[in-house]
Amino acid sequence: MKRKLMAAAIGVTAAFAAPLAFTSEELNFDAYRQMLADGNPAELFEMEGEELWVTARGPKNATLEQCDLGLGPGVVEGAAAQLPRYFADTGKVQDLESRLMHCMETLQGIPSGEIIGGKFRQGERGKLASLVAYVVTHSKGKPIAVDVSHPKMQDMYAMGEKVFFYRTGAMDFSCASCHGEDGKRIRATHLPNITTNKGAAEGWTSWPAYRVSNSQFWTFQHRLWDCFRQQRTAEPVFASDVTIALSVFLAAKSNGYEAQWPGVKR
Amino acid sequence: MASPMRIRAASKDGVTEVRVLMSHPMETGQRKNAAGEVIPAHFITELTAKHNDKVVLSAEFGPSVSTNPYLAFKFNGGAKGDKMVVTWVDNKGESRTDEVQIS
Repeated sequence: MKRKLMAAAIGVTAAFAAPLAFTSEELNFDAYRQMLADGNPAELFEMEGEELWVTARGPKNATLEQCDLGLGPGVVEGAAAQLPRYFADTGKVQDLESRLMHCMETLQGIPSGEIIGGKFRQGERGKLASLVAYVVTHSKGKPIAVDVSHPKMQDMYAMGEKVFFYRTGAMDFSCASCHGEDGKRIRATHLPNITTNKGAAEGWTSWPAYRVSNSQFWTFQHRLWDCFRQQRTAEPVFASDVTIALSVFLAAKSNGYEAQWPGVKR
Repeated sequence: MASPMRIRAASKDGVTEVRVLMSHPMETGQRKNAAGEVIPAHFITELTAKHNDKVVLSAEFGPSVSTNPYLAFKFNGGAKGDKMVVTWVDNKGESRTDEVQIS
């Protein structure tokens, strides 16, 4: 025991002795992520989502088991990896959140307005996040396969690309200001270069994720909302076209990369 | 009621590895909310792990343990199909017990 304490004390001293000599490897969060991979608390949200999926709820007292996420009613396995996609029944491109919201409204009678007007991690929007955790976990390890052949998907991709490079807000920032070059970081957080496929995939395949620092599970909508907030610009409406367009842009660039869902972040 | 734990227990070469993910806010009692009021302390104080009916681990938890704690440990013994039961009790007297079969 004493020996262990000594070793720990030496470790601390060494860390203090070289505070400025961080290499990018030391800033890397991957080792920590690997340690947590077995006990990613996103699982707790996944468990809740799994239960919500089969629980009869809402004014129509129905489950979500007939929800079509693009691979047929009730198919969850691999569904998240092919989203966002164009849905003929709604005539819209939808991401996972907006599609689940559609299912909750049509099958269960839970009004979408309640989720759009709600707050993250609370009420129906919080339940939606747990459902997201459940669905994405069933695409873990699957390659991203987003089909952009439909004209509406192409429109969304083009809009997403435009938004990505669009400078706005008090600081005149675009997404590309932080995510347009290799080797950038904010404090110790490495920023992927989203203009490349690899960089886009780094973002897309690791969110939704559990954030260790605040013990919260964040969906991709939540993540994007925070990007806008950090950009000091108007906050996007939940599941609005602009957020879906950015998701299409990121997802399409990530095609072929393996989904790591649900992720775990610092 | 408290949310379920996720427990995994696997036996290999006479040693069983148990991994437990608990769902708990683990409030320290030192934080304040947006209105400046202290958020009351709410954390797990005791944890007991039993192999069948025998206690193999008992631990005292406190406010320095993170939200949604993760605990992994090994013990000698345990075979496939045996029962692994984990119980925690928090400072509000709430408790949760979950069990799993060793795989």
